[in-house]
Parts: sequence; structure tokens; C-alpha cells
Amino acid sequence: MNEHIDAPEEVESLGEVVQQELEAMLPFTAKVRRAIEQLGEVAVLLARTAVRAVQPPFSLGAIAYQVEVLGLRSMSIVSLTALFAGLVLSLQFAFSMARFGIQHTVGKVVSLSIFRELGPVLMALTVGARIGSGIAAELGSMKVTEQIDAIRALGADPIKKLAVPRIVACILVLPAVAIFADIFALVAGAAVVKVEYQIPFEQFYRSAIETVKWDDFGSGIMKSAVFGVIIAAVGCYQGFQVEGGTEGVGRATTETVAISSVAVCLADFFLTKLFLSL
Amino acid sequence: MKATRSDKSFARPVAGEELIRFEDIHKSFGTKHVFEHLSLSVMEGEILTVMGGSGMGKSVLLKCLIGLLYPDSGRIIFESQDLTAFDEKDFLHVRRRIAMVFQGAALFDSLTVGENIAYPLREHFPTMSDEELQKRVAQKLELVNLPGVEAMKPADLSGGMRKRIGLARAIAVDPEVILWDEPTTGLDPISARVIDRLIVSMKRKLGCTSVVVTHDLDSAFTVSDRIAMIAKRKIVQVGTVQEMRNSTVPEVRTFFEARQPPRPAVSAR
Repeated sequence: MNEHIDAPEEVESLGEVVQQELEAMLPFTAKVRRAIEQLGEVAVLLARTAVRAVQPPFSLGAIAYQVEVLGLRSMSIVSLTALFAGLVLSLQFAFSMARFGIQHTVGKVVSLSIFRELGPVLMALTVGARIGSGIAAELGSMKVTEQIDAIRALGADPIKKLAVPRIVACILVLPAVAIFADIFALVAGAAVVKVEYQIPFEQFYRSAIETVKWDDFGSGIMKSAVFGVIIAAVGCYQGFQVEGGTEGVGRATTETVAISSVAVCLADFFLTKLFLSL
Repeated sequence: MKATRSDKSFARPVAGEELIRFEDIHKSFGTKHVFEHLSLSVMEGEILTVMGGSGMGKSVLLKCLIGLLYPDSGRIIFESQDLTAFDEKDFLHVRRRIAMVFQGAALFDSLTVGENIAYPLREHFPTMSDEELQKRVAQKLELVNLPGVEAMKPADLSGGMRKRIGLARAIAVDPEVILWDEPTTGLDPISARVIDRLIVSMKRKLGCTSVVVTHDLDSAFTVSDRIAMIAKRKIVQVGTVQEMRNSTVPEVRTFFEARQPPRPAVSAR
């Protein structure tokens, strides 16, 4: 029987090991570098948009059209998301609080959660994904069919024509849908705890109104406006950067959803810290 | 000091004199070198066709001329002014005088045909009345032989019609130079000949200088006053149609000889 003899392992020098590790890290460091560059490019796009937004002529018609496209046409998804979020949140809180016999105060907890956090963040993640991907797909398609080049060639500014109306519309739309979602979720929550726990509407709303202060409401609205900027800026940037035909449009669309969702969650943490410290 | 369109110290060239000059242009995309030492002149009032294989940078040349792309080095002289020193604001004036017809027409899908043609008019002449706008739109549609289609959407048009609407939009502001990016690509032979006739008629009716980028030899031989051939990242020869047909430059001969002769008809027995 032949015995298996292990070949002696080749001993690598420290220099070779370090070089291998660095080479292995290169794709990662390149990605980090590219991500930082992209962040800077989005910031430049936002700065240019802000400058163009205050320069005449003002395209109020284009902004109104985008408010309709991005906001009003999102109302079905807003309503459904808010309805079920309100139902589930109220049920969960009422169930947990019933263990301690304080289910009659469920309106306080539900309203605070919805106004401060759930309304703005949920809308930014659901409606925002729809809006951001729509912007990226539209601008990306315009890029690959040379329509953005045509805008420049015809003497117009693509940032003024395309980015300004969309970003301004998002700053208006996201807070508006968040307010609608807050109210819709509260109504749904009140209804479900009345049916399941016999808590009257008046009691639910009285505790909600006593609890929610203008600060709570305002912080949610401010968050929504910031989320609107993030979603629209990412969508516009990805759309303007599309390369490689329809495949590039698809890639930009999915990346917009992923990047804007992560960015909204990150921004939510820092904004929450900021508003709590004020 | 940077030259701008407000400088009026130059004389407008007359027909046959140099209008545009590309001087020692270099352009790269990453590691891909598109132009190296490219030089070319365009004369006032002529139809110059730029030919070359796919990916040779023909469209890049046009885009550099109206500031959609910038060369890495070299100069582009238009009526004594170096366009490579222009910023986006300066180019607004150039784009009023040099218009481009894009390969896929690049019509705005969300606008009607009439709104597409009115688009550059609204940008360059913001005080123009709606009546004047409509009149100018109708005139331009007449020029491209498509009267009365103002209310149609680009999606309802054929490829040939889209190109003609793209031309109507380009000439809306009465430019002096028209850049044509692959005007006959993707069209049936009849529509392609319609576009060829339009290219020639723009010179005859409007006195425009045209730079046509194409690899359609039939079109080039029909419309061109001169033909320039791009190969090896530069212009390898410029000449009249006859001079190019008789060329001994290997790249030109290879390109022209690659043209497929029409296939003989095969009858079913």
C-alpha cells in the first residue's frame, strides 16, 4: 500500500503575503473609492439643481406635472401601505399593552410611532422606490436615445429641464403623502382596536391628540422632505449616468431602489438623533 | 481672454471659404483612443460627408463641434473662434447657429410633433408669441414635406418620418450649419433617398453648410460635395466624390470595395 506523503508546504515571504492581501482588497477599495466619488457627484448635481431652481425662468408647469405624476399617481400604493401599517401596528401594540391592562392608551403609542417614524420612513421606502426607479428609468431612457444630448443641442439645460422639476416635486410630494399616510393609518388603527378591543374612537383620538405635539409632527414632515431630496437626487443621478443601452437602464433602476433605500435608512438615523437633540 | 460670440471682429466666410477647422484633435474614452492628430476643414456652403467604419468616432466628431463632448487636446475653430475654450453658456450661441439631426431623431416622446419643433424656438426666442411659434412650426413641416402632423406623437411616426421631424426641429431656428448623424441608417431605400434629397434641398433652399456622418456609400455619393474618410484615428483622405472613387489610399479603397454589389434576382423554377 502506497503511503500518501504530503508535499512540503511552500513558505511564503511576509512581503508576498502582504502583496496578496492588498491585491485581494483592491476591488473592495476601488468600490469604496467609486462610492465616495459618486457621493460627491450626487452632491454636485444637487448643488447645480439648487442654483438652477432659483434662476428664472421658473418652470412651475413642469413642477406641477411632476407632482401629479410622482404624487397623485402614487396614491393607491400610499393608501394600501398606510392602511395595513396602521392595522398591524395598532393590533400589535394593543395586544402587547393588554397584557399590562393599559390597552386604552394604545392611541398614544400608535400616533407617536406613526407621526415620528412610520409614516415618513414607510412612505420613503415604498413610494420612494416607485418614484426613484421611475425617475431613473425615464431619464436613463432619454439618455440612451440621445434625448438629453438633444436638450443640450437645442439650447436648453438638462438639469433645469429634468432634474429641477423632479427634485422640487419630490420635496413637496413626500411630506404630502406622509401626512396622508399618517391620517389614513390612524383611522385604520382606530377602527381595528375598536373592533378587536372595544376601545371607542373618541378615546383613541383624544389620547392621540393629547400625545402628539407639533415637534413630533414637524420632525416627521422634515424627514420626509429630506427623504424626497435623497430619492429624487439618486434617481436623477442614476438616470443621467446610464451607459450601455436598455441593460444600463435596468441596472440604473435597480441600483436606484437599493441606494435610495439604504440612504433613507441612514439618513433616518441621523435625522432622528438630530431632532431628539433639539 | 476667452473669445465669445459677442466678438464681432471676424468676417463671415463666403461660399467656398473655410468655416470650421478641426486642428490636431485628440480624444480618448478611458484607454480607447478615438482621435490622434485629427485635422479637417469644412467649407462654407458645402456638404461634407465624413465616412468610416463603426466605432471610428464619426459621431464623436459632430458632438465635439457643438460642445456635447470636448476633445482632450487640439482646437476647433468656427469663424475664428476656438470652440474648445467655450463653456456651456458660450455654446448656447453656437447651438443657435449649428444644429444637429440625431441618429435616432431623439424626439421627445412626451411632446407632440409641434411641441418638439417649437422646443428650440421657445429656448432661443422666449418672447416669441404662440401664433408666431405655430407659423414657424408649420413652415418647417412644409420644408420637410410633412405638413399637418403637429398633433401627432413621435411614437405614431415611422422611422423616416421621425428623421424628417428631427430635421424640422433642427432647422427651426434657421441654423447656418446642420450636422447629420447617420441620417439614412435603419431606413428603407425609398425613405433613405427622401432624406438624401432633403440634405441637398437644405443647401439649396436655406444655404446651409452640412456635415454628414454616414457609412451609407449610396447616400454619400449622392449628396456630397466632398468626402472625408476616418481611419486609424485620423482623417486619411479628403476629396471630391470622383477623387475618392479613384483613391489609392488603402483604407479608402478597402472601405469602398467592401460595398456589396446588388444580388442577382433568383427566380423560382
